[in-house]
Amino acid sequence: MATETLAPAKDMGAGLAPPTPILQARGLSKQFPGVLALDEVDFELRAGEVHVLFGENGAGKSTLIQILAGVHRPTAGSVLFRGEPVDLQGVHHARTLGISAVFQEFSLVPTLTVEENLFLGAEVTRGGLLDKAALHRRAEDILKQLGFPLRPRQSVQDLTRAEQQMVEIAKAFSTDLSVLILDEPTASLTDREAQRLFAMVEQAKSRGVGVIYITHRMSEIRRIGDRITVLRDGKYVATLDVAEADDDRLLQLMTGRVISQVFPQIAYRPGRPLLEISQLTTADHMVKDFSLTLRAGEVVGLAGLVGCGKSEVGRACIGLERIVSGRITFDGEDVTGHQVREMLDRGVFYLPPDRREEGLVMVRNVRENVALPWLGKRPFSRFGFLDRRSERAKVRDVMRRLNLQPPNTEHDLERFSGGNQQKVLLAKGLMTPIKVFILDEPTVGVDVGTRVSIYEFVRDLCEGGAGVLLISSDLPEILHLTNRTYVMYRGEMRAELEGAQITQERVLANFFERAQA
Amino acid sequence: MERTAQNFWSFTLPLQRLFVRIGVLPFLLVIALVVFTSLSARFLTSENLITVARQATYLAIVAMGQMLALLTGGFDLSVGKIVAITSVATALAMAPLAAAHPDAMAMTLTLGILAGIAAGTMVGVVNGIGVAVFNVSPFMMTLGTATISFGIALTLTSGVPVYGIPDEFGTIFSFGRIFDIPSPVYVTAGLFVAMSILLNWTRMGRYFYAVGGNIKASHLSGISTRFYLFMAYVLCGALAAVAGVLLTARLETGEANIGASMPLDSIAACVIGGVSLRGGVGRLGNVVLGAIFIGLIQNGMDLAQIQSYLQEVVIGILLILAVIADQLRQFVMLRLKD
Repeated sequence: MATETLAPAKDMGAGLAPPTPILQARGLSKQFPGVLALDEVDFELRAGEVHVLFGENGAGKSTLIQILAGVHRPTAGSVLFRGEPVDLQGVHHARTLGISAVFQEFSLVPTLTVEENLFLGAEVTRGGLLDKAALHRRAEDILKQLGFPLRPRQSVQDLTRAEQQMVEIAKAFSTDLSVLILDEPTASLTDREAQRLFAMVEQAKSRGVGVIYITHRMSEIRRIGDRITVLRDGKYVATLDVAEADDDRLLQLMTGRVISQVFPQIAYRPGRPLLEISQLTTADHMVKDFSLTLRAGEVVGLAGLVGCGKSEVGRACIGLERIVSGRITFDGEDVTGHQVREMLDRGVFYLPPDRREEGLVMVRNVRENVALPWLGKRPFSRFGFLDRRSERAKVRDVMRRLNLQPPNTEHDLERFSGGNQQKVLLAKGLMTPIKVFILDEPTVGVDVGTRVSIYEFVRDLCEGGAGVLLISSDLPEILHLTNRTYVMYRGEMRAELEGAQITQERVLANFFERAQA
Repeated sequence: MERTAQNFWSFTLPLQRLFVRIGVLPFLLVIALVVFTSLSARFLTSENLITVARQATYLAIVAMGQMLALLTGGFDLSVGKIVAITSVATALAMAPLAAAHPDAMAMTLTLGILAGIAAGTMVGVVNGIGVAVFNVSPFMMTLGTATISFGIALTLTSGVPVYGIPDEFGTIFSFGRIFDIPSPVYVTAGLFVAMSILLNWTRMGRYFYAVGGNIKASHLSGISTRFYLFMAYVLCGALAAVAGVLLTARLETGEANIGASMPLDSIAACVIGGVSLRGGVGRLGNVVLGAIFIGLIQNGMDLAQIQSYLQEVVIGILLILAVIADQLRQFVMLRLKD
């Protein structure tokens, strides 16, 4: 009797206290200038599991793994490694604990060889000199173990992107690994390479390594995932077992929000075709044989995964991509291959996805940025000289309408939040009559308030008779703002959906690779 | 400890705000004035200050050109050799003309000056083509053209000064005075006004700032970024050439060996004047003040009988200090924002 009562109690005890997680995050927050990227997120990783992080772009996945890998330091909250709080000082510190990350942005030195990269910062020395023979042997061992077809003495800059990814992964495996972080590792791999990666991940798992895995692909989640944690707008949403997570449930968790408060109603009165793309192929083959029509008074969506070519379609229209075949007509005239200046003057405005990279001159003020594309025209210049008085008046007027905070157009852009910088970028398209707005990820990295004003801005443009091409990786945006939507996959058009056809299921069904059933 | 540090921090707050707003240069100018006035009674006299102004004009003109290259995110190491080749070309054109047509002085001077400016500007054109069209880094491009120009100048003169420049050239463009102010100062003032209009009131000026601040954003705003990169180096070359003409008038000979310190001094004047080495930021007035500051330092040290070799050391230290001060300014700016 005594033993019988003890046994279940022992089992219960084991059930109540699962093994200490290998890595834990408690109440992690990260404040970037103007954006709260992570908001009190909890996360735990057990030894020997593959834990998938799931969420939209900008949900905070990248920020979370960057903190766990020592790239950023949290504004608040703590990280626990094997139950002990740790203050990760940097990537190197994390690596000495056995936490290695493979990011989408590679951390390789292109001019060095594969083996030099593998042991960068952890070189073996003998008597103060590099022990090159030992390094070479170890590099060969690791590559053989992983089954990667790479030669250790190849220069990294001569490798393809997939091969460079392999070097990154091999680098992570070259240290004593306890936590492996993979950020969309299969994005640039072929199927065969991906299968090999999965096998490696399985092998690492069986050795007790905890794996954090970011992916958008449902099939991969099922293939190697154990548990899933969903993030949204920088907040923790839920953690569930892969077995209990079906597609609908995940997508609801990923996108769910009070939609009616965010998205305005847009009256749909399509007019004449403004922008027509027919059988467009770009020089880099990011866009292949793609066709699209945008009418006046229409919001047309262009959806798909990052890197599917949707951004390149927009860039080709404004003259930033080299076109090898196909035609682009604007307002009935052939404008294929025209330069940016020409397209702006005709009334086509392109809003780039990365405002710091190619949208704004951060070291200059609001006024100069907003007026920059239009300085050659009245009222910005007269008799060859700038008319700064009317420039100021006009920019002030527009920025007041967009509710710039703080409302000073003479401040440098560095002093504004991400949302307000985005307003400045939008304002560049409001200085002259524009007929077609190509908005490439217009709400990346902005708060909900700015998001709402950007959507209202889109409504006003559309109802004012302009055509809006909305290029977006943000699914709710596509679902609730567009009248028609094209879905792209690997440079080609997958589907054209209209009105009631634009549903989450239908768009997403075309987002990802076809089920490998 | 913590407490006193905090007190010190809040006590100096107004000073910090001033520092963030106006930069390090005004502080340096005040310090220099105080130090040199106490070292030499002759320093703060109107005659000496006029001397400083005349000495600083050449650097001020070159620095205004250098500023354009810096604004677009590059720099021009060839300004010194542009000054040299301009000097040689001016003298080589003037000497035979003066000998052949002693009566047509105006023509001689005009053609000589034009020849000099054309030669210097050509170097700028080559720099511009290399940087804007062939994407050669400004460092290599201007270093290369500097060597080429120097080689040409030496070849043309065999390394000896070119004599035979008419006296009127020096009389008008160097020693002449109107209301007691030397003529080169007027030329500099004129160029300052023209540059000030260019930078603040024309598209070209605005585009220099924009291209240097973010070349991709400028391209997306429909700006021909190549053309404006090109123009920055052409104008830089032209301004250096004007300085070369004025220096030739001062020396009354054509010299291939002048201008050696111009690249460093002009970059120093710009940086001390708050021009960002990353491009896109800088004020013309502060650049000229930076050039005057360097002139003031050199003059003050001359009066204090500090030998010229040691002066080089001081200029180098000041340049580095100015860059450090700029970093400090960024840091203070961020702290004040919190």
